[in-house]
Amino acid sequence: MEGHLSIQLTVNGRAVAGEVEPRTLLAHYLRDALGLTGTHVGCDTSQCGACTVLIDGLPVKSCTVLAVQADGSAITTVEGLASGGHAHAVQRAFQERHGLQCGFCTPGVLMLSSWFIQQYPTADDRQIREALDGIICRCTGYENIVQSIARAQEIQRENQAPLAGEAREGVSS
Amino acid sequence: MSQSVYGARVRRKEDPRLVTGHGQYTDDVQLPGLLYAAMLRSPHAHARILSIDARDAEAMPGVVKVYTGSQLKGLVAPIPTAWIPPESDLKMVEHPVLAYDRVRYAGDGVAMVVAESRALAEDALDAIRVDYEALPAVYDQVRAMATDAPQLHGDAPGNVALHWTVGTDTDEVFRAADVVVSQTIRQQRLIPNPMEPRSAAALYNGATGELTLWATSQNPHIHRVLVSGVLGIPEHRLRIVSTDVGGGFGSKIACYPDEVLVAYAARDLGVPVKWTETRSEHFTATSHGRDHVDEVQLAGTRDGKVLAVRVKAYANMGAYLSTAGPGVPTILFGLIVNGAYDIAHASAEVYGVFTNTTPVDAYRGAGRPEATFLIERIMDRYAAAIQMDPVEVRRRNLIRREQFPYANPFGLSYDSGDYHQALDKALAMLDYPAIRREQEALRRQGKYIGIGFSTYVEMCGLGPSQVAGAVGFQGGLWESAMVRVHPGGKVSVFTGASPHGQGEETTFAQIVAEKLGLPLEDIEVVHGDTNRIAMGWGTYGSRTTAVGGGALALAADRVVAKAKTIAAHMLEIPEEAVQFEEGRFHPEGSRDRSVSFQEVTLQAYLAWNLPAGVEPGLEASAFYDPTNFTYPFGTHIAVVSVDAETGETRLMRYIAVDDCGPTINPMIVEGQIHGGIAQGVGQALYEGAVYDDDAQLVTGSFLDYAMPKARFFPRIELDHTVTPSPHNPLGVKGVGETGTIASTPAVVNAVMDALAPLGVDDLAMPFTPARVWEAIQAAEGRKGGQS
Repeated sequence: MEGHLSIQLTVNGRAVAGEVEPRTLLAHYLRDALGLTGTHVGCDTSQCGACTVLIDGLPVKSCTVLAVQADGSAITTVEGLASGGHAHAVQRAFQERHGLQCGFCTPGVLMLSSWFIQQYPTADDRQIREALDGIICRCTGYENIVQSIARAQEIQRENQAPLAGEAREGVSS
Repeated sequence: MSQSVYGARVRRKEDPRLVTGHGQYTDDVQLPGLLYAAMLRSPHAHARILSIDARDAEAMPGVVKVYTGSQLKGLVAPIPTAWIPPESDLKMVEHPVLAYDRVRYAGDGVAMVVAESRALAEDALDAIRVDYEALPAVYDQVRAMATDAPQLHGDAPGNVALHWTVGTDTDEVFRAADVVVSQTIRQQRLIPNPMEPRSAAALYNGATGELTLWATSQNPHIHRVLVSGVLGIPEHRLRIVSTDVGGGFGSKIACYPDEVLVAYAARDLGVPVKWTETRSEHFTATSHGRDHVDEVQLAGTRDGKVLAVRVKAYANMGAYLSTAGPGVPTILFGLIVNGAYDIAHASAEVYGVFTNTTPVDAYRGAGRPEATFLIERIMDRYAAAIQMDPVEVRRRNLIRREQFPYANPFGLSYDSGDYHQALDKALAMLDYPAIRREQEALRRQGKYIGIGFSTYVEMCGLGPSQVAGAVGFQGGLWESAMVRVHPGGKVSVFTGASPHGQGEETTFAQIVAEKLGLPLEDIEVVHGDTNRIAMGWGTYGSRTTAVGGGALALAADRVVAKAKTIAAHMLEIPEEAVQFEEGRFHPEGSRDRSVSFQEVTLQAYLAWNLPAGVEPGLEASAFYDPTNFTYPFGTHIAVVSVDAETGETRLMRYIAVDDCGPTINPMIVEGQIHGGIAQGVGQALYEGAVYDDDAQLVTGSFLDYAMPKARFFPRIELDHTVTPSPHNPLGVKGVGETGTIASTPAVVNAVMDALAPLGVDDLAMPFTPARVWEAIQAAEGRKGGQS
């Protein structure tokens, strides 16, 4: 198509190729072209973080990135967070600790949290709250989001513990 | 049999789809051939439209059609108001779906572009040429009532939209009282900001004449009534779907021009059309909340007994009357200005005023936060005036346990409660004497902490339909429920309430699991689709569990009653001798013989051997109309520190003891309270819509409008008391709004307590560092002047 550019990227482990307008935001490309509607757009000034995805393992607000800039990258969206049919630690923890209500900011919060607990597995309450500064949630007052992230740290430790020892079974649950 | 799930912290049934990105929000709707709409909105707060030229826009590639107000005038009816308070002289001004001769606020819709993509539609907006003749504008409701103010509507002289009074004569009490305290309070305008922007998608089937409208709605059936009326599509040909809705907080109650326009275009073009607002549009084109100027007065004795309270309120309605707008500053505000206190005399006088601003409607709490703020602030000022501890003043005036049901001066009947118990519990959590000692010690070091109280009550669980009619709400407020047991024993529950984050897919399943003795996973709750649910009034006013849950409890009881009749026949014993427990029917006192709920269900559907007169099938509906509102209450306490050098306020502790009756899922209840508190704290400390002198919204994005963030809060400390409401089958009182209602005055009272030794005695919300610092400087200047 005239004025369109070709891109190739990996999304949730699958190779994707397409033609996009240069101005297309990654968030809109994921939603409209790939049908990955789990990534939500909550604002137009990059404040709310609902659109957060992982680009090459780092949390990025996908409304601040053009689809063409993501050419050659590996993207993970909330649809790709679980692996091998097993919920990610943050997906489990947010259900256990009621870390979501309307669920609209949740995909972004989960993507950020999945990166955060890996980087900062023992962060305390204050550090978790600081880490959430790029996220706006209107429902929860953040209390249970903070609790959920703390719980996800625990689950992550439980999952990793057998790896360090002998038994490898029961890693994923 | 497993333990009862009723009252347990079970995980939400909504969550698996929401944590994996498989929710069904309106903007997720994809349809073959889908077109996208974008709205051209007025940049002027007030202007005459001289001409609109859309020819260039229509000629752009990918643009299908441009609609303007003059094209639609006469084809699409104006947007109606659904709340007409009696004896309020309400001015029903015209609210066209697109302005055709005059725009009345910055954000007022002027044209709609339909194009092949979102981007092309937005591109075309720039190519529409509109000639405006700018007119003087006014954003402040008090100024709008001045004789020389710009006039918004020819049929609303002085910009007065309504004038309403309620209560008893208080003049004599005020004349005779030993102590009178007065204050003028501005309760600033807030922007609801649910995280999901508003959205609508429409699909018209020309062969059947059916129009499906996906919409971000808190009340799809109310939308069906209103959209049907505006577009002339009969209700049986109009389907509204609101599967997952990303929060509402009142802003998704109203019927807006946008969803009407999308539906109109889909029918007109014969192609599906979708529109989703940007966050910037949300700021200007979605209803706002609060925005009161209130003159409040309290009369009392020197020993702490309140004799009367009265308020004169100026409520900003915005440029047009939103769907529920007129009811918010009148009925939902004026009837409860005495709060949780036994006050014999009270009155309220309310002016609703048109201004060149975004229309104002319900925002979490809707009227009750405004009323609660007034009484809780003026109680503190009264305490200061008579030099009494604010806790002691509250203790002396709170309605006592033995006074329930309590008739307040406006004719409301408060259902039940022990307000002193909640206060005592919260004080014990705080260790009140210790924190006062700490405050005193810190003051000597030049450090300022404050303790603030809010011993609130609210009315919710809206409500008896007879009352709805008497107060001018143009609808009923009952709720419907249907419990359908399928032949295999699984259950579908259909509710007319429309939860959008509150978790009733779970709590309602818990109700049914308890009644039918079934596991939670066997029950599915269906909501938000007018083709699947007979009728309902939606989710707002903390009504869903009290009213919708009440309907559901009745429907489930009817299912059990019928199953019992069939079970008796199967067991060959009289019906009175059948006992139903843990999912099995057996003869009273003997479990030797029994039939399971599933076996009975199968027989109900096979109908091979039903008792005489019993119809096949197993399902039941209930239409439940409550006999009264419910009245949740409690005590909230905020402890803050204020840095006198920078003006910065930090929330150190927040304690909430709430009574919303019995809890079906304590985890969900706590989540509602947490979120409510954060929104109320937002009003006290951070949030506020600001207009400039041209009535342009200055705080038009998340860059300028401060939303609460995680790092602003300490751990919230919760506890509760349990006083069932006698007015509904479950005894529940509602909890969606309590946090917001209670927390704003608690935090404000705490900051004012911290600032008292600095000489600051009045300050307008939000308490930003700059505002607090200026107030401290001004107070010091006054002190300097005196010495």
